[in-house]
Amino acid sequence: MKRDYLLFVLFTLVVLAAPCAFKGGYLLNVLVFMGINTMLAVALNLLLGFAGQISLGHASFFGLGAYFSGILSTTYGFNPWLTMLIAAVAVGLLAFGLGFPILKLKGHYLAMATLGFGIIVYIVFNETVALTGGPSGLSGIPNLRLGGILFDGDLKNYYLIWSFALVTMLLSINLAHSRIGRALRAIHDSEVASRVMGVNARLLKVQVFALSAIISAVAGSLYAHTMSFISPASFGFNFSVELVTMVIIGGLGSIFGSFLGAALLTMLPELLRVVQDYDIVVYGLLLIVMTMYMPKGLAGGIATLWRLLRPKKNGAIDHAQG
Amino acid sequence: MKRSIITCSMFLLTLSWSALCSAGQPIKIGALFSVTGPPSFLGEPERNAAQMVADSINKAGGIKGRPLQLITYDTQGDATKAVQLANKLIKDDKVVAIIGPSTTGETMAVMPVVEKAGIPLISCSAGRKITDPVNKWVFKTAQNDSLAVAKIYEYLQKKKLSKVALLTVSDGFGSSGREQLKAQAAAFGIQVVYDETYGPKDTDMTAQLTKIRGTQAQTLICWGTNPGPAVVARNAKQLGLKMPLFMSHGVSSKKFIDLAGDAAEGIFIPSGKVIVADVLPASDHQKKWLISFVKEYQKLYKVEGDHFAGHAWDAMMILKAALEKGDDTPAAIAANLEKTREFHGIGGSFTYSASDHAGLTKDAFVLVEIKNKDWVLVK
Amino acid sequence: MDLLQQLTQYAFSGLSTGAIYALIGLGFAIIYNATGIINFAQGEFVMLGGMLTYFFQTVVKFPAVPAMLLAVMTATALGAAFERLTIRPLKRPTPLSLVIITIGGSIFIRGISMLIWGKDTHSLPPFSGSEPLTLAGATIMPQHLWIFGITLMVIAANKFFFYFTISGKAMRACSFNRTAASLVGIDVRKMVLLSFAISSAMGAMAGIIIAPLTMTSYDVGVMLGLKGFCAAIIGGMSSGFGTVLGGLLLGLLESFGAGLISSGYKDAIAFIILLLILFIRPQGLFSKAQTERV
Repeated sequence: MKRDYLLFVLFTLVVLAAPCAFKGGYLLNVLVFMGINTMLAVALNLLLGFAGQISLGHASFFGLGAYFSGILSTTYGFNPWLTMLIAAVAVGLLAFGLGFPILKLKGHYLAMATLGFGIIVYIVFNETVALTGGPSGLSGIPNLRLGGILFDGDLKNYYLIWSFALVTMLLSINLAHSRIGRALRAIHDSEVASRVMGVNARLLKVQVFALSAIISAVAGSLYAHTMSFISPASFGFNFSVELVTMVIIGGLGSIFGSFLGAALLTMLPELLRVVQDYDIVVYGLLLIVMTMYMPKGLAGGIATLWRLLRPKKNGAIDHAQG
Repeated sequence: MKRSIITCSMFLLTLSWSALCSAGQPIKIGALFSVTGPPSFLGEPERNAAQMVADSINKAGGIKGRPLQLITYDTQGDATKAVQLANKLIKDDKVVAIIGPSTTGETMAVMPVVEKAGIPLISCSAGRKITDPVNKWVFKTAQNDSLAVAKIYEYLQKKKLSKVALLTVSDGFGSSGREQLKAQAAAFGIQVVYDETYGPKDTDMTAQLTKIRGTQAQTLICWGTNPGPAVVARNAKQLGLKMPLFMSHGVSSKKFIDLAGDAAEGIFIPSGKVIVADVLPASDHQKKWLISFVKEYQKLYKVEGDHFAGHAWDAMMILKAALEKGDDTPAAIAANLEKTREFHGIGGSFTYSASDHAGLTKDAFVLVEIKNKDWVLVK
Repeated sequence: MDLLQQLTQYAFSGLSTGAIYALIGLGFAIIYNATGIINFAQGEFVMLGGMLTYFFQTVVKFPAVPAMLLAVMTATALGAAFERLTIRPLKRPTPLSLVIITIGGSIFIRGISMLIWGKDTHSLPPFSGSEPLTLAGATIMPQHLWIFGITLMVIAANKFFFYFTISGKAMRACSFNRTAASLVGIDVRKMVLLSFAISSAMGAMAGIIIAPLTMTSYDVGVMLGLKGFCAAIIGGMSSGFGTVLGGLLLGLLESFGAGLISSGYKDAIAFIILLLILFIRPQGLFSKAQTERV
C-alpha cells in the first residue's frame, strides 16, 4: 500500500519534469494526448479491472463529455469550466440511470449492450447536425482560462491535463485501498459470495460505472477545449476497443498499468512509423502476442522483471507478500 | 513496399545529384493524407500525386536549384492524429508549408495549429467552412460542394424537375453536400420532398428507395463515395425506380461504373474535368494539363488519375509556383499563394485573392452522363 | 394498396438482409457453444470469403465454382491456423484476454488483406442472373433466394452434425461441461480447433454468397461481424433457429426503421430495441433462462 503512494510521488516528479526533456518539440504534444488517454484508461480500469465489468462503449462517455462541453461553450457561450462541470454531472446521471439495467447483464451480453449504447450515441452525434455539426464536426471551441492564463499552448495544456490525470490516478489509488476497493474486488471474484458477505453489489457496481463515466466525461471536456475541434469519428467503436486494449495491455487492476497501456498505445503510431504501411498489421500482432505472453499486462511484466532482478536475499519477503 | 523503396532511392539519388551540383538545402514541404482509414479513397491517390509532382520537380532540378523534400504522414482519417502530425511537421520537421489533410474534419482540426505557428496550409478537402471565412494561412484546392450542387440544380431547372429526394451518406462528405443541397434548393425553385442519410457501410437501400418511390419526388440525388452510391444504383434498378438519378463528384471515377455495372447506365454526375479530358474542346485551358496528368499517373500507379489525386497535384503545383515567386519563408509563401492567378490545374482554373482562398468558379465542373459504361458530356 | 406494397417491400428487404446477419451470427454461436469464446474476428472471415473469391475468380481467373471452393478452403485453413497459433497456446485464458486476442486477430487479418488486395471495393457477378423477381408487388434479387436457401441448408447441416455425428455430439458435450467431456475421453482441444474451422468455413460461405449483392472490400468485416454478433445475442447464442430468428428480426427492424421512421437512425433504432430486449430478457429472446451456478 505504501509502495503505491511512494510510486505515485515519484511518478508525479517525473511528470512534472518531463517537459524539460522535450523542449517544446512535437513529442510534448503527444504527451498531452497521453494524459487524456491515461485518464480514460484509469477510469475504465476502475470498471474493468476492479469491478470486473466490461464496457465496449466507453468512448461514448468521452464523446458525451466533449460534446456537452463543446456545444454549451461554443454555441451558447457558457464558461468552459462551468460546461465541464455540467458535462460531468449530466454524464454521471445518465450513467447512473443506465447502470441499473445494463449492469444486470453479464459477460458477452454486457459487452453487446455497452457496444450497442456506444453505437447509438455515435449515431446521435452524427445525425443531430443542428446541434453537433454532424460528421463535419464542431470547431472553434474556446480554450480553458485560469486567471490570466489561457491554455492554448502545448506546455500549458500539458500541465493542465496532467494535473487532472494525476488527480484521477491518486483518487483511484485511494479507492483501490479503501473499503470500496476491497468490496469491488470481492464482486470481481464472486458476486454471489460478496453479496452473502453483505456487500450491496448492485449499487456498488452502478456507482463505479457512474464514476468511471464521469472521469471519462471530464477527459472529454479537456479534449474538446484543448483540441478546439471535435467530430464523431473520434468517439466511435474503434476508440472504445482501443481503451479496453489500453487497460488490458497495461494490466487489469493496476493504476500504473493503465498509464503504461495508455502510454504505449499513444506512442505506438510514432514507434510504428518505421514500418510504414505495415503498422496496422504490426499493431494487430502486438495485441495478440502481448495478451498471449504477458497475461498480467505491462504492469505484471515489469513486476516479474523487478522480482527477477532483485538480489536473492529479498526473495523470501517478496514471496510472502504475494 | 517496393514502391516506397523505389521512391526512397529515387529521392536519395536526386538528393545526392543535387548535392553534387552544390545546390542548397532542400525545401521541406509537409503533407498530411489519410492514406489508410475510411477516407483512404481520398488519401491514397493524393499521396501518390503529391509524390509524383515532388519527384518530377526534383528530376527537373528542383526549385531555384534546391530540391524539394516532401514529408508525408498518414492521418488515418482521425482528427486527433492529424493535429499531432501537423505539430510534428511544424515543430520537428520544420516544414515551410503543408498540403492536406484529406477531409474537412481533419482540416478544421488542423487549422488552429497552423494559424498559431504561421505555416501556410493548402487543404485537399472540399468543405466550404475551410475558406469561409478566409483564414490568412489556409487555402484549398478541392472544389466547393456548392459548385457541384449548382451544376445539378441548373440542369434540373432547365428540365423543369422541381421535386427532389436527397439521400446522403452520414460522413463529412455527405453532410457537407447535404447542407449545400438544402441551402441552394430555394434559389433554383427546387423543393426537397425527402431528406435522409445512410451509413457509409450500409449494404441495402431498398427500404429508403421504396419510401422515395412513394413520395412526389421526380428525381433522386445521392451524395456519397464508393460503395454506397453503387448500392443505391443497383437497388434502384432492382426496384425499377424510374426517376433520373444524380450522384455526386465523389464517385466520378471508373470504379463506380465497375461497381454499379448495368445499373450505372443513365446516371448523371457533376464531375471535375479530369474524367472527360480527351473529349474537352481544344480551347479548354485545362486540357493540356489534364491529359498529361492522367497519363503520367497511369504510368506510375497503374490506375487512372482521378480528381482526388488532382487535388494534391494542384496543391503541389500552386505551391511550387509560389515558391518560385519568392522566398521560402512561411509568410512569403502565404503571400505569394494569395497572388495565384489563373492557374489551370486539374480541379479547375484557380485564382486566389485576399477574400477568396478557394479560387474556383462553377466552370470547374461539367455534368456527365454514363452511357455504355463511359462518360458523355451533357450540354 | 400503395402503402401495403411498400410494407411488403420493407418486409422482403428486411428478411433478405436479416438472412445475411443470421448466417454470420451462426458462426459466432458455433464457436461460442463449443468453447465459450466470442470470436470477434468472425466478421473478417466473412470478408475473406468475399475477397478470396474475388481474388481466385477475377485475378487468378478460375471458374466461379472452383474459386468459391478454394476460397472456403483457404478461409477454413486460416481459421484453424488462427486457433492453433493464438488460442491454444494460452495457459490460462480469461474471457477478456480472449476478447483482446480475437480483436487483435481481426485487426491483423484486415491489415494483411489491405496490403495484399488494396483498399478498393470489388463487385462479384451474381450466381444466377441479375434480373429482379417480383413477388406480391415487391422485388428481390435471385441472389436473395440463394441466401435463404443456403441459410436453411446450413441450419439443417448443423442439426445433423450436432445430433447425429460423433464429432458433433462430442462438441455438444464440450459445451455442457468441458472437464466432464475430457473425462469421458473427448479430445477437447481437437473440438475447439474443429469449431474454429467450421465457423470460419461458414463465415467465408456467408461472405461469398452476399458479395454479389453488397460488394466486398478489406473492411466490410467489422460492420457485418457486429450485426452477426447482435443476431446471435438476440437469439440467445443458439446454433440453430434462435440465431436465425434473431438475424431476421434485426433485418426487419432495420428495414422498417429505415422505411417508416428514419434512415439515418435505423441502426440506432435496431440497437435501442436490442437493449430493451436485453433489459427485459437478459438471456436473449429465444432461449430458456438458465440458472447460474455459483
